[in-house]
Parts: sequence; structure tokens; C-alpha cells
Amino acid sequence: MSSNKETFGKTIGFVFVVCLVCAALVSISAVSLKPLQTANKLLDKQTKILETAGLLEAAGKDIVGTYNQRVEAKMIDLASGKYVEGDVNMFEERADARDPAKSTKPENDIAGLNRRADNAVVYFVKDEQGKVETIVLPIVGAGLWNLMYGFVGLEADLNTVKSVIYSEHSETPGLGAEVLNPKWKALWPGKKMFDEQNNVAIKIVKGGAKAGDVHGVDGLSGATLTSNGVENTLRFWLGEEGYGPFITNYRAGGLN
Amino acid sequence: MSTDTKKVLFGPVIDNNPIALQVLGVCSALAVTSSLQNALVMTVAVMLVTGFSNLFISLIRNQIPSSVRIIVQMAIIASLVIVVDQVLKAFSYQLSKELSVFIGLIITNCIVMGRAEAFAMKEKPGVSFLDGIGNGMGYGAVLIVVAFFRELFGFGTLFGFEVFSLIQNGGWYQGNGLLVLPFSSFFIIGLIIWAIRQYKPEQVEKD
Repeated sequence: MSSNKETFGKTIGFVFVVCLVCAALVSISAVSLKPLQTANKLLDKQTKILETAGLLEAAGKDIVGTYNQRVEAKMIDLASGKYVEGDVNMFEERADARDPAKSTKPENDIAGLNRRADNAVVYFVKDEQGKVETIVLPIVGAGLWNLMYGFVGLEADLNTVKSVIYSEHSETPGLGAEVLNPKWKALWPGKKMFDEQNNVAIKIVKGGAKAGDVHGVDGLSGATLTSNGVENTLRFWLGEEGYGPFITNYRAGGLN
Repeated sequence: MSTDTKKVLFGPVIDNNPIALQVLGVCSALAVTSSLQNALVMTVAVMLVTGFSNLFISLIRNQIPSSVRIIVQMAIIASLVIVVDQVLKAFSYQLSKELSVFIGLIITNCIVMGRAEAFAMKEKPGVSFLDGIGNGMGYGAVLIVVAFFRELFGFGTLFGFEVFSLIQNGGWYQGNGLLVLPFSSFFIIGLIIWAIRQYKPEQVEKD
């Protein structure tokens, strides 16, 4: 090492140049890849929504086309259950839930959310004739390790389940991560979320639900805490602090 | 290819394996080996980062003031890792959702900095680049062997395709719950080190 490059000025200068080059490299890659990344994220979400509505196979490769043709997204205010104006594509549940101005602390926080965003986007999936066939509601709630994000698809009566699909979770592989197992997902269609008195009745039964139980779904073996998390998430989101007001309004036909 | 180049490029795979002999980068080898696909993507990412960080650091090795050399190496490595993460997010969103955390942690992977400090600071750019790629391959080779056993016996699949059908899917195979969890890699890496040292006894440390 020669001594002439070890002076204070040269060291500072060298570090400055290296930082400049590195910063340029990072910025260029981040900015130039941004459109692709946003498109990927949107595609991922649209795929999950179509899967929840049972349209994934019908859509094949044309996810975006099918989505645009069949799905209508609307933003609602959860507390009143009414539609509100808002950009459904820019809505970020996670960002809103962290912002005290755009979220509230649930009184009965069974889903372990801490804060819940005031607005939500619901997805109306229509059949070929334009009649609403499935309503897809985004859900989030604590599993064993962390929050689990997903969608629940309900038929137009907002009671009969079409599917429960998780899109993001960090549960234990082989145990809690079995929420993604096709066999378990196949248990959901046809179950009823509410009983005759309109209370949330869906439950996950450890050891297996009785045959013919329309409200009970088998628990995941070895993953009781994840199963409880799924049940509590559904109870929360279908209850009064979740989509409850919206469900009441929608059934009464008061929303247009 | 001359024997020297060969030695630099393929030496790290068995003779001087970063995980088995240098015992570098073990932590990430535990985390990303639950499936072959993850291991493969991680291998490519580490190969690119070690290769290019060695190349760039070697290019400016004569200009780097020795008082700040570590921080300069870190800046270069970190920038490369961010670029790799961005590219993965843009072109393979599904994989990036699973691997993003670990890609970020390549910065702290001792192999990258170890090679920059031990090799690239002294050698010419071309051979440094090969050394980086070679060490990435050595790291990847261990990763892939570990992932092969973990995915096959833990989940009954290889690259996501079913090989043994699991009991919960109506088959006959009870997945090994231990292999599903990260720390099981310790056992497999231990066995790999044992196997390599049986084959090459000169790697055994003297007491």
C-alpha cells in the first residue's frame, strides 16, 4: 500500500465516488424495474381473487382479461357498510392499518390485528350474464407466527362459502402451512357462515367435524393454533367490526 | 481451460468448499433449503453476487484506501444484493415473496465478504470473478444436496413434483417433520462434511 492514497482527502473522495456509483446503480435498477414489479403484484392479487371465485381454471393464462371482464372492485367503509369513493387499485390495506388516521382499534380484537383499516375493497365476481355470482372479501388475522392474509369467497347470499384461500402466511411448513393444502381447501365449499339467527357460526373442529355439519370444518392436525387463528379471523371479519354492516346492507338491497 | 483457472473455478466445490471446509455461510444454508427450487434460486443469486462483487472490488483494489476497505466492500456488496432482489421481484414474484428476506441477508453471508477480503483484494479481476463464481457454486452444491434430502423426505416432493405421496393427500408416506424445520440442515451438513473428509482425509483438522 503506497502512502499517497491514504491521505484524508483522497479517502473521503474515494468513498464519495463509490457511494455515488452504488447509489446510481441501485436507483436505476429500482426505478426501471418498478413497472414490472407493480404489474407482478397486481397479477398475483388478481390470480388469488379468481382462485377464490373458482375461476382460475376457466381463466387459464388470461388472468388480466378474465379479471377485467368478470370482476368489479368497490371500496366500502367498514363501520357503515356503505360504498365510498376511492381508488381500488391504489388501496393498500397494510399501509392504512398502520396509519392512525385511516384505521381504528377494534374493541373485540379476536383476530389479533391491533388496528383495522377503516376502508376495505370488496370484489364482485359476475357470471357471463353480469349477475353477481361470488363476492370475494379480503381477510387478515393472526396465525401462530404472524398475520395471515387471504380471501374468502361467498356466494351471492353472503352465507354459503365458496372458498377460503390464503395468499400470504408464515406458518410452520407441514403443519400450519397446510392451510394451502388442496384437500383442506376442498372442505370449505358449501359450508354456511351464519346460523338461522344470523350469528357467525362457522367453526373449526379439532379432531374433525361431524358429517353433515354445515358450520364445522375439520381442524388441521398438528396446527391447532393456526386453525384457531383461521376461525377467529373469519369470526372477526364476518362480525360487526368486520364486514357485518356491509353484509346486512347488501342483503337488504340497500346498496346500489 | 488451464489448470489454474480450473482450480480457481472448481476448487471451491469439493477441495475448498466454503460451507464444508471454510464453514462460512451456514446460517443461510439452514433457511433456504426447505425446497430445491428455493435452494437453486439462492445459489444463482449468491453466485452472481460473489462473482460481481469480487470483480468490482478487484478492479478498484489498488485505489481502495486500506482504512476504509471493509466499508467500501460492504457498499458494493449491498448494492449488488439490492439489484438482485429488485430483479427477482420484477421477474419472479412468487419466488421473491418466499426468498426476499434471505436474499437481503446475502449481504451478511460471510462467503461474499470473505472472498472479497481474502481473494479479490490481491488478485486480478478476471480470476477474482471466477473465484467468486466458484465459491458460489461450492455454496450452492451443498445447498442443493441438503435441499434434495429435505424436500424429498420432508415433503415427499422434488421441485414441487410428487415423488412419495403423503398420507394427508391419501398416499402412504408420512413426511418427516424434523426435515421440514430449518435446523435439520445441521445434521445433513454435518454428514456432508463427514463424507467429504472421508474422501479427502487431508481436510481433517489436526488436534
